[in-house]
This record gives sequence, structure tokens and C-alpha cells, in this order.
Amino acid sequence: MSVDTALSEPPLVSGAVPPHGHLEELRRDPIELMARVRRECGDVGRFRLAQREVVLLTGAEANEAFFRAPEDVLDQAEAYPFMTPIFGTGVVFDAPPERRREMLHNQALRDKFMRGHAATIAGEVQSMVGGWGDEGAIDLLDFFAELTIYTSSACLIGRRFRSELDRRFAELYHDLERGTDALAYVDPYAEIDSFARRDAARRGLVELVQAIVDGRAPSGGADDAQERDLLDVLMSVRAEDGAPRFTTDEITGMFISMMFAGHHTTSGTAAWTLIELLRRPAHLDAVRAELDGLHAQGEEVSYQALREMPVLESVVKEALRLHPPLILVLRVAKEPFEVKGYRIAPGTMVGASLSVSNRIAEDFPDPDAFVPERYLEPRAEDRANPWTWVPFGAGRHRCVGAPFAMMQLKAIFSVLLPAWDFELAQPPDTYRNDHSKMVVQLVQPCRARYRRRLP
Amino acid sequence: MVVDRDLCQGHGVCESEAPAVFSVSKQGVLTILDESPGDARWAGVEHAVRFCPTGALRIEDNGSAAAAPTDEDG
Repeated sequence: MSVDTALSEPPLVSGAVPPHGHLEELRRDPIELMARVRRECGDVGRFRLAQREVVLLTGAEANEAFFRAPEDVLDQAEAYPFMTPIFGTGVVFDAPPERRREMLHNQALRDKFMRGHAATIAGEVQSMVGGWGDEGAIDLLDFFAELTIYTSSACLIGRRFRSELDRRFAELYHDLERGTDALAYVDPYAEIDSFARRDAARRGLVELVQAIVDGRAPSGGADDAQERDLLDVLMSVRAEDGAPRFTTDEITGMFISMMFAGHHTTSGTAAWTLIELLRRPAHLDAVRAELDGLHAQGEEVSYQALREMPVLESVVKEALRLHPPLILVLRVAKEPFEVKGYRIAPGTMVGASLSVSNRIAEDFPDPDAFVPERYLEPRAEDRANPWTWVPFGAGRHRCVGAPFAMMQLKAIFSVLLPAWDFELAQPPDTYRNDHSKMVVQLVQPCRARYRRRLP
Repeated sequence: MVVDRDLCQGHGVCESEAPAVFSVSKQGVLTILDESPGDARWAGVEHAVRFCPTGALRIEDNGSAAAAPTDEDG
């Protein structure tokens, strides 16, 4: 790409404070920081993250340039230093991130696997509610985080591995996700509590996986080839000298990384979908009517039925727009990059703010309101704004698990809502996200009550 | 039919809907087998466009193909 060197640098947003510029504000209130970049600077602005400059993009034109840029221009690998201690520094992967993503896609996320996944997910929800009495209360974060550990492990690694997990895995995994403080941009091993818990959690996960490994034959080897899961496969791989190719630490790192993108994202979206529905009885009734109609036709939670749920789908989409589980996606410029008349130098970080773009009033009228009807024809505001309706990102790096996630969310509510009534157990405005970590999670407590529905 | 190669991720929904028209390789690369599908294949093609998870498929209006009915209720 040829870039005119006479172009100017993007403007810097107000509020930089020594020594780390906008880092403290990013750790405290990232949404306000990013919204202010757009207010003060427009589609292309800049903030300071410790020693690095971050050019922040919003709006269709800038986002399209960002999301269409090839990997050798805007690179993902260096942009997320807070993930290295989570996946594991010593992990030797046989393939670069792009290739691993492609493998995961081809092995578990292609359309042909979705029918089986839909049945697996419905079964996991049934098993979670199997222990419920006629009424009770749950913490939405705890419930959906545990459920999505089971669904993602069952679908991505295998049912055999899933059957050997319990709540402990979910609790440790949660501590890993909490270890994503943006302070990692200064020092990923800084002496703070959340990093210490992160490292202890990773060790705990390796121990759990080790116990599972120890319970299997040395070659992995499920007796029944049908039951063979990814752990069996990885255990059976041998190095040239005949020793196991992967340590348990490495295998655990691979599993953590495979499950990461789909876990807190799906869990949080499930919780927000339910919260938004419970705040709005009319929308809940509409979703129930849609599900009851499908049940009346005798539809199980089939893949085809899950595709044809416009009401529930539009509610999930609106929960995603207002509460995107990723608020900022990042790259590092490897070559000079030009966007909307500004020059971005190699080495600069470039970010797209999903939370800000999702609420641009020109594209999404009444942007802060929950309006699922905006996705129905003829408005179809998601398809009309492919570069600003971006809860899943866009373009070549669009979340490769997006179809799986949408199917999963619809499957979860297809099981829960016909059988159970829910109500918020706190004032409606007390449910909010904690943005103090790069992985966004609900603030606890976030409780809801359930009661068995009469047939 | 137009494929936006920057958007296609090779999920294979189109192949499931219209296997005579679309083929997705093991590596996830889409090939169009039939550039001007006949009436019998249109329903599958429309489903492929409608359910493509990345919105990478488009039917271009160029005379005869433009007569294809559109089903936009989803």
C-alpha cells in the first residue's frame, strides 16, 4: 500500500496523564474513553496506552478499512499481550494463530457439525436445570459461565472430556478471564491480585487435566473409536523419539485457547438476553409465543427450527449490540496504513471500538434503546450496516464462531423459556458490566429467580 | 452470483443448501460449480444467500437472474 507521507497523524484525545497516558482511564471506564475519542476526534482518533499509541477507529468507512486489512498490514498476534500468560508462555503450537483458527473452524465449527452441536447444547442445558427444584434463584454469571464451559468443551474437545469436568473447571476458568487487566500492556506479570489468581488458576487447570490424563490409557485410547475425543488424539501424538509430543501443560494451553473466544462472550450474551427480556414483558411474551408455536408443531430443538426464530434472534442481536462482549478489538500496524486521510505509522496499535460503533445514531436510530424490531424487514439494520453493526467484528476476521454462538444462544432459550418462568431478583438497573478487565463480565451479584412453569 | 472473498469464511452453509451449485473445500475455499443455476436449483441458492453466516453471497441483477423471486422475511 502506498501512503502519502504528507498526511497528518490522527488527533490525540484529551485526558492523557503521566506516566501511562490513558491506561488508567482504560482500566476504569473504557467506554467513556472510546466515546470521547469519537466526540472529540471523529472517526479516527488516538489515545496513549503506556508506551504505545493507539489509533481508535469508529464508523463505517474507517471500520471497513480496518476489517478488510490483511494480516501482513494489521497484525493480531502482538496486540493482546494479556493473553500470553493465560494460554501459556511455554506452549509450542505447531501452527500460527491463523492456521489454528482455520483448524478449529474445519474440525468443529463448519455448518455440517451444527446439527450435532444443537442437540449437545440442549442436553447440557437440561442437565444443568435437572437439579433445580420447583423454584429457586441463580446467579446469572455463575450459571451461564458454568453452562458454557460444558457446551464449549463438549462441542470443541469432545463429550468424553466434557463428562470428566465439573464446576471446579468453570471456577478456575473464570479466574483466568479475570486476569485480563489492561495493566498487562505495561507488565503482564505485575504484582497485582488478579494476575496472581490468574496464574494459580492456570496451574489448577493443568492439575485437573492431568488427573483426566492419568485416568486414561497411555495412548489416550477410548475403547470405542466413536468416543475418541481431542484429548485422546493429542495424548497419542508422539515425538520422533517415541515420547509423548505434548505435555499436559501444553494440552491445557491448547484447550484454554480453543475455548476462550467462545466462553465469556456466549455466557455474557446469554445473561444479557435474559436480563433484557425480564425487563420487558412484552418482548418476553413475543419470544415465548414464537417458541410455543414451534413446540406446537412438534419441533424439537432441531437445527432447522433454530434457524427460523426471527423474534428470539432479533432479541439476541439487540442484546449483542447494546452489550457487546468485546468492546475493543486491536491490531498492530506492520506497514504504513492510511485511513480517512490520516497516516498510521508501523508499530502503532490500531483499534476498532465495537461498543461505540454499535451505537452510532445515524445507523441505529434511538441508539441507546432496546429495539429488537430494528432487525426486522425492511429496516434490517444489521445487514444494512455491515461495518458498524459489529458485535462479532466484520470482514475476514469476523468471529468464526458467530454462527455457532447464535445457534447456541437460541438453543439455550429454546430449552429454558418454555419450561421455566424467570424474574429479576434485584432492581433492574443494578445489572451492569464490569469493564475493569479486557474480558467484560457482569458485576456480581446478578441474581434471577426461577419457577417451574405449569404445563 | 457474486462472492465477496474478504467476507467468505468457508462455513459451508451454501454447500449444504445447494450442493450442485456450491462446493467448499476442506481448507474452506468456496468454488461455484454452476454460475447460472436453473429453476430447479433456485430455492437452494436463495437459502444459501439468506443463511450465509457472513453475508458473502449476493445475487446480481442482470436480466434473467433478476426475475428470481426474493424471500426476505428472515
